[in-house]
Amino acid sequence: MAKVVYEKSRGLTDNPLSYCPGCTHGIIHKLVAESLVELDILERTIAIAPVGCSVLGYDYFNCDGVQASHGRAPAVATGIKRTNPDKIVFTYQGDGDLAAIGTAEIVHAAHRGENMTVFFVNNAIYGMTGGQMAPTTLIDMKTSTSPFGRQLEGTGQPILVSEMLSQIPSVYYIERVAAHDIPHLTKAKEAIKKALQNQVDGKGFSMVEILGTCPIGWAKTPADAMEFVKEKMLPYYPLGVYADKASNAGQGEVK
Amino acid sequence: MSKVLMKGNEAICDAAIRAGCKAFFGYPITPQNEVPEYMAKKLADAGGVFVQAESETSAINMVYGAAAAGVRVMTSSSSPGIALKQEGISYLVGADLPCVIVSISRAGPGLGGILPGQGDYFQSTRGGGNGDYYLPVYAPFSIQEAMDLVFKAFDVADEYRTPVMILADGMLGQMMEPCEPIAKKPNITDHKWAANGQADKRDRNVVTSLSLKGEILEEMVERRFKTYEEIKTKETMVDNRVQDGDEVALVAYGTPSRIVLNAIEMLKEQGIKAGLIRPITLWPFPYADFQNLPSSVKNVVVCELSMGQMVEDVRLGVNGKLPVHFYGRTGGMIFEPEEIAEQVKKIVGGGK
Repeated sequence: MAKVVYEKSRGLTDNPLSYCPGCTHGIIHKLVAESLVELDILERTIAIAPVGCSVLGYDYFNCDGVQASHGRAPAVATGIKRTNPDKIVFTYQGDGDLAAIGTAEIVHAAHRGENMTVFFVNNAIYGMTGGQMAPTTLIDMKTSTSPFGRQLEGTGQPILVSEMLSQIPSVYYIERVAAHDIPHLTKAKEAIKKALQNQVDGKGFSMVEILGTCPIGWAKTPADAMEFVKEKMLPYYPLGVYADKASNAGQGEVK
Repeated sequence: MSKVLMKGNEAICDAAIRAGCKAFFGYPITPQNEVPEYMAKKLADAGGVFVQAESETSAINMVYGAAAAGVRVMTSSSSPGIALKQEGISYLVGADLPCVIVSISRAGPGLGGILPGQGDYFQSTRGGGNGDYYLPVYAPFSIQEAMDLVFKAFDVADEYRTPVMILADGMLGQMMEPCEPIAKKPNITDHKWAANGQADKRDRNVVTSLSLKGEILEEMVERRFKTYEEIKTKETMVDNRVQDGDEVALVAYGTPSRIVLNAIEMLKEQGIKAGLIRPITLWPFPYADFQNLPSSVKNVVVCELSMGQMVEDVRLGVNGKLPVHFYGRTGGMIFEPEEIAEQVKKIVGGGK
């Protein structure tokens, strides 16, 4: 008799994913979904979908879902969590959503120490709208609104969200991970699970920044896109724990 | 229940808490500051949650979250703050979420001033948010009526799954009047659609305003407009005091209608019979009352603390049958009864 060695997590619905080939949203969804099941919190979880490629996240996560307006997911999550403190609330936001239009909401949710979990997928571009420059776009990177490559003058340095938010005293846990190969995905899963466990334990604001790909927006093959994360994104966006009150880790201890 | 002396902004909160409001999210802005202040002090004792948000935008999105989770929720603001909330109001409508939004309006545009104004009639009844939608808007003219309408607004919001707005000018928010706190029980229903976890093993719930398929979105909007027809039939409210024999119908809403009532008394003394039509719901607007005016009425005069906004709805209601005149003050200036009486005399009296 055939033995089942792998099956799709019941934390995901059977809806086909709408993501482009080679995009890392699917695999990151899987890690989140598996973590919700493993922590046995799926039935009391509410997922907040942003505006962006993962706007349809509520079609994929097999739990209650709420769609938020652009950038406001942390405020929506605050409204749910404050009125339902025994439930688990996570936002799943891209870099346009969280690091541009939603900077006020994420900063203040972190500042209030909201007991919520944020999954921040940073692929250095606006994917949904067709590959425009994001605040996270690397210098010299060509996008449809930085056709000659992003210039420091006039657009500034790519925003370092984990570094910035880790300065906020109320933050409990922030880690940056990457989704470009199996060892890094294993580490990403650990961080995702920890960020959810922190909420279960009532610890406060936890965020995992996940470096992902956008092969279409970057005009690269899926394989080259994974390589781009490794070669270009990791040097500018160092991986590691930026805040962890459980171990008193801080920005000085970035791995 | 015996009467108490309360400030308008506080009476609004008292009614909200009695209506079962369990969450308030707001941001400071004059002249509505007593609302968040009262909620900060009192809501926790009533088993509710108060959060001072970082912005109006954030506050309305917290409202969206609590409403999505099935909780009775309120926010309040004033003119420029309501402008910031419009994005969230459009999303609340699009996701069919009930909530109560209190607008204590001041004079604009821009930062304008902090004196009372009624220049937000369009903002309230026509919305600044995107898309095809309306929301019920109640305009109280006394503190007692503000209490009654706030209490009612929560039930109406739940029944029709829509945001409901209370539009009161800064005068009503700031003044004190004796009023009787509401003693009856609110009609709190179980929201089977709420996204608050599947503890009872039900199918998962999704709250969203998104639909990428045109035919489905069209169906959703059309369904909402059918609800609007029901709201128009069942919820339109008006205080129509025009009687047979009145030659002028004066139209005003909110606190300025009290000034108009004084003007009507003055006119009566001078032999001019006039009556007041006071829309209580600004949407749905009581158009029918303007179709069925007594034949003695020869002129309609609309008085607003604006350059004339509700007057457009009155014209739609009158539909060309009678001349519709307008008198207004703006910038936070408030008309005196004498000014209105003078205008009416000019209109009806000819050379009188």
